[in-house]
Amino acid sequence: MENQITQFGYVLIFMVIGVSFVGIGFLTSWLLRPDRPNDEKLSSYECGEEVVGSSWVQFNIRFYVVALIFILFDVEVVFLFPWATVFKEFGTYGFLTGLFFLGVLIVGMLYEWRKGDLEWVRPHPVIPSLEPKQIKARQLREEKPVTEPDPAAAE
Amino acid sequence: MEVAIFWLLAVIIIASAAATVFSKNIIYSAFSLLFSFLGVAGIYAMLSADFLAVTQIMVYVGGILTLILFGVMLTNRITMMSLKTDVFNFIPGLTIAAVMLAGLLYVIWVTGTWASDSPAAWDTTVETIGTLTITRFLLPFEVVAILLLIAVVGASFIARKDKQKIQS
Repeated sequence: MENQITQFGYVLIFMVIGVSFVGIGFLTSWLLRPDRPNDEKLSSYECGEEVVGSSWVQFNIRFYVVALIFILFDVEVVFLFPWATVFKEFGTYGFLTGLFFLGVLIVGMLYEWRKGDLEWVRPHPVIPSLEPKQIKARQLREEKPVTEPDPAAAE
Repeated sequence: MEVAIFWLLAVIIIASAAATVFSKNIIYSAFSLLFSFLGVAGIYAMLSADFLAVTQIMVYVGGILTLILFGVMLTNRITMMSLKTDVFNFIPGLTIAAVMLAGLLYVIWVTGTWASDSPAAWDTTVETIGTLTITRFLLPFEVVAILLLIAVVGASFIARKDKQKIQS
């Protein structure tokens, strides 16, 4: 093995350096810092407020559905990747093979789209609106003090 | 050097797999599974199966682990009191593990000598896989598309049913 570093070798070296960078950083801070914990210090920091509830929030179920769909299309990309590197050499035939593969999966995509699995819960803000009649009545009510008919003028 | 890397990866895989099994907190289990998957990807890379290594990271680390974490986080309201793992089915599990271990050891014993030469010219396998996909294994390739279609439809169908149940 003389000087034969593969591409994954570079990845490994990068990972080793990255991990040791973080690890040595934590080690030095652990060696240097004073360690005097108390209850206040160990509680989670929540902008100076008292901590309310657990940090474990429940996720929307929709995330799960989207993650499930994501995995399937992830696998599709895995299958498509080797095809994409070579299909040009096979001309139209190569292109059509991939097109069929994608076409079948687009059917699944359309199915989900149609069935509303990709829909997200959108907020429906209720904008207060007034009927024209009400608006008129309100205007009149507001204008009344200003244009109150003078009893003297009416006579 | 290669042996050292192999042992490093083996230790990472075994240790994180043990942590996955023995950890009482299910979130820690899920995260130690991450290191197990990464270690297996490293083993694939060492066997010069580069495509398999990247696939392992993409599908298992990027997809399935995320799904497991979502599953854990989705169920926390139900199991808020006991989000701890426990030992169930001790005897059957031990039996299955022992039988599998015996089978693997038998295969190792029967195989005799393993091919241990590392490939001289380290080349990417993606193009070879692609060419074989288009030519020799074209039908399985297209059947995989149909299988994935079935999986997409089935997964969204089941998830939709659960969603309605939860909402109602």
